[in-house]
Parts: sequence; C-alpha cells; structure tokens
Amino acid sequence: MQARHSIFRTGFVHAALIAYTLISLFPVFLTVINSFKDRNAIFRAPLTVPTPETFSLIGYQTVLGQGDFATYFQNSFIVTVVAIALVLLFGAMAAFALSEYRFRGNTLMGLYLAIGIMIPIRLGTVAILQGMVAANLVNTLTALILVYTAQGLPLAVFILSEFMRTVSDDLKNAGRIDGLSEYSIFFRLVLPLIRPAMATVAVFTMIPIWNDLWFPLILAPAEATKTVTLGSQIFIGQFVTNWNAVLAALSLAILPVLVLYVIFSRQLIRGITAGAVK
Amino acid sequence: MGSLQLKSIRKAYGSHEVLKGIDLEVKDGEFVIFVGPSGCGKSTLLRTIAGLEDATSGSVQIDGVEVGHVAPAKRGIAMVFQSYALYPHLTVKDNMGLGLKQAGKPKAEIEDKVGKAANMLSLDPYLARRPAELSGGQRQRVAIGRAIVREPKLFLFDEPLSNLDAALRVNTRLEIARLHRSLKATMIYVTHDQVEAMTLADKIVVLNAGQIEQIGSPMDLYNRPANVFVAGFIGSPQMNFIDGARLGDKSAKTIGIRPEHLGLSRESGDWKGKVVHVEHLGADTIVYIESDQVGLITVRLFGEHRYAPDDIVYATPMVGSMHRFGADDRVLA
Repeated sequence: MQARHSIFRTGFVHAALIAYTLISLFPVFLTVINSFKDRNAIFRAPLTVPTPETFSLIGYQTVLGQGDFATYFQNSFIVTVVAIALVLLFGAMAAFALSEYRFRGNTLMGLYLAIGIMIPIRLGTVAILQGMVAANLVNTLTALILVYTAQGLPLAVFILSEFMRTVSDDLKNAGRIDGLSEYSIFFRLVLPLIRPAMATVAVFTMIPIWNDLWFPLILAPAEATKTVTLGSQIFIGQFVTNWNAVLAALSLAILPVLVLYVIFSRQLIRGITAGAVK
Repeated sequence: MGSLQLKSIRKAYGSHEVLKGIDLEVKDGEFVIFVGPSGCGKSTLLRTIAGLEDATSGSVQIDGVEVGHVAPAKRGIAMVFQSYALYPHLTVKDNMGLGLKQAGKPKAEIEDKVGKAANMLSLDPYLARRPAELSGGQRQRVAIGRAIVREPKLFLFDEPLSNLDAALRVNTRLEIARLHRSLKATMIYVTHDQVEAMTLADKIVVLNAGQIEQIGSPMDLYNRPANVFVAGFIGSPQMNFIDGARLGDKSAKTIGIRPEHLGLSRESGDWKGKVVHVEHLGADTIVYIESDQVGLITVRLFGEHRYAPDDIVYATPMVGSMHRFGADDRVLA
C-alpha cells in the first residue's frame, strides 16, 4: 500500500515536472528549428521541423556574414562573466560580514541591501545615465558591468548570507586557532562550503544580464560595445523583419549561456561538504 | 609551562550575564574539567580562554602572561570541538598540518610532527583521506591529532565525546586519558557528562548559572559536596534529598544521602516503605521506594536482588553517610 502510494506520488511529480519542462523548452525548440528553415517555410509551417526542401542556413549566413557578431558575442560574454565574478566576490564578502560579525547597524544594513531586491534598478535609469555621462563611461563595457553588478548584489547578499549562517562556527573557530586570517577563513573555509549557493546565485545573476536589452540600448549602443541581444535588433525593422537572421542570432545566443550554466550547475553537486561537521 | 589563571572573568550578552565572576587557577600538567548543566556558561568560559570570545571584564593569563588581547592562534592553545570542525576539503594530513603551515614552519618539521601524532593515534592508514571518508571516532581522533601537532601549552576540549556512540566514547575517553599521561600537558575539558568528569579529571570545576559552585578532585566532590547543587549533580543515580524536618533535624533544611549508602532489608530498618519500581542492571539493582516518613527515595544495591513492586521493605542509611545542608543550601559543618 505504502509502496504503491509512493509510486503514484513520484509518478505525479514526474509528470508535472516533464510537463513544465516541455512548456519551458517549446519556445526554445521552435526558435532553433525555425532558424534552420527558409523564410517561406517559417511562415507557412512554423511548427514543422526542417525538411530537405525547407532546410536553409541563410539565417546563419546573414548573422555570421554581418561580421560584427563575433564582437557582440565577445561583449556579452565579457560583461556577463565579469559582472558575475564581481557579484559573487562582493556579494559573498558582504554576506560573510553580515552573518559572521556583530556590529552596530548590522540588521539595518542587511535590510538596506535587501531593499535592492524589491526596487527595480531600471527606475534609476535616468540618474544612472547622467552618472555614466558625467563619469565618461557611456559606450563602454565598464558602464554595463557596473550596473549589472549593482543589480545582482542584493539578491546575492540575501541568498549567500542565509547560507553563510549554516556554516559551522566551530569550523571558523578552528581556523582562527590554526592561525588563519579572517580573509583566509573566508576564502579557504567558507567559500568552498557554500559553492552550491554561489552557483545558484551565479545562474540567477547570469540570465537577466545576458538577456538584457535595456541597459545596452541606453548606456552602450555604440557598434563596438553592442551585446548580442542588442545586436540582434538590427534584423528587426519597423516594416520588415529578417526572421531567419533573428532566429539564428537567438539560437546562437543560447549556446554561451548554456555552457556557463553547465559549468555552474556542476558546482551545485555537493559532496565534499558532507562529513565536515556532524 | 602551561599554567592558567582566570581572575574575575565576567561575560555579558547585552544585559544577560553568562559568566558572573570566575576565578580559577590551573597548574601546569593538570587535567581540569568544567562540568555543569547546559547553559551554565562552561563552553563560554572555554571560548574565553581560547580567545574566541572576549570577556566583558576580568583577566586571562597563560603562563603568567596576560592574553586578553592576543589572537587565538598566538595564545599557544589548541582546541578540539564537539563537531570535530575538520576542514572538509583537506586531507587528514593537511588538516593536522595546517596550523604549523600557517605559522610558517618548514615542510620537513610539519611532516615529522604530523607523522608522530598520526602514529600516536593510529591514524597512519588514513592520512591521505578526506574527513568525509572517515567514521565519527576517526574524525575525532584527527581533531585531537590536529591539536597535538601544535604542541600547545593548553589543550582545550569542548565536549569532544558528545557526538560519539557509547562504546566509542569509552575508547576515546581512555585515549584522552592516555594522551594526558604521555604528553603531560595541561588540559581543560568541558562536558555535561559527570562520568567523563569523574573518570578523567584531576580537578573538577562545577559550574552553575555562570558561577563556580565547587572546585575539587572527583572524590572530594563525591564525598564532600559543598552544596545541594553539587551533591545532586555528582553521582548517579542522583542523591536522595530529604526534608530535614521529616527526620527531626532542626538545624538542617535538607539532608542528602546517596542511593548506594542505603541498606535494604525485608525485616527491619529505619524507614519503612513500599517498592514502587525496580531496575535490574546486572551489576546493580536500583530500587525506588515510597516511604511515609521520607517520601520517594532511590536505593542502589550491588549485585542482583529479587525485590518486586509492592514489596514492603525497610531502608537504613549507613553510619556517617548523611550530608546536611542548611537553609542557604550550603553544607553544614
């Protein structure tokens, strides 16, 4: 009875998860198959996979032929990777300070940082633009990196400080007795233990940055600093849209982010943390 | 080397005072155990000695040197934690050697000391393993090894056996006792388990609610408890406490008598009562008796005895085994 009940339950859970996976993946699937078809086929039968008659690489030829797409990819990649690195570094440091040390205004500081989660950074676009103009950072990748770091920090601090609290005090104290500095304790004891949380934060931070159109459009629309998302927009016109090129660009844009995701999700697997403390 | 002086140590979290003026002297080579119920401040006191917590006031001296503002690593101490606190991503060898490596000792010396400690604790086969691949007892031995390698003036143990199962606890207890004899080091040990305290200590410090209740050798505390708290805390099963008035003693508020100091007979004796419950432990028989004269008392008999609930029995205290406590709960001379 017990076993049948649990089989029914796992079956239901799996069905729900599979359904969700299909719903999530369907648009991606549609994008990818249509990127390999010619223009007529995209409109005539958008839901069919490419056949020998409709197969076409025209979209990819257009995108890669534009030449600048390599630069766009590079820009997106630099911005995303550097922003994630900064978010993780500063987020983890702030989280460590908030969870480890008792100081005046600790709770208040934590709340202040958490407010960043609730207030969208886009509300400050005008002020950010003015600031970037004043700092001479318009049309630089630095501008994007700074904005994305600020955007990612609140959630990172919030999630990481919760995880930091779970790291055993005894372990940190053992480190102190062994003569590790507070920085070594942070980098050598605490960070390895919260790697899964760091990976989670990295994924959460990465997706919105990679997909963002708003800030690249406003802060760095120059040819040399365009990101992939912004670059793809050249194929979307007011009257005519080059769907082959748009779909091909989007399909290509999935790849790097997929690679990053695989890298981070491997870190999600715990293992060495088991048995550290009972 | 290896002496410790505590002078009126106080520690408060906000308005809540955890340690209320602790004075203590530990001589070189002594094995001192802090014992007390949970929340009595014994771990806080140990952490204060280690430098992991700052005392609100008072002074901590190791070897006559004030260490109040010295970092834990520079105090010449080593600590073993209840949760082992091994570095999960380092091998056993690196776990044990990290302290020396941080202190900038040459590789050969670290190698040598780790080897010796591993040998002492029979950890040689496990040096290349990670903590996750060890059993609980092995992990605790690694933690002890990490402390030995540092050759500290003071060993601090924070309930090191609490996470081990009963059999392993006895083994590790023996190991710690052996270690103390061979290293002749000063050890301070925190536990809530009075058996550990009685078996290991040269000197037991009984703490309660942030104060020292009594300091003495295990037999001192057993034979001459200074107050009701110590009398009740040391000894198992717990001492029987009887209202002084019930026994016609006008000066003593409470009279204590240990269960093993009561004799039992079916024919005659001082206190008549009915058996409520019997526990047969093989080596001992614990008999609970409800007596009209003295209330519920526990009697511990050696060997096997055939008492059953509802039997009528007579309990008689042995001569000179009564502890008399006054109205302030202190022992009466």
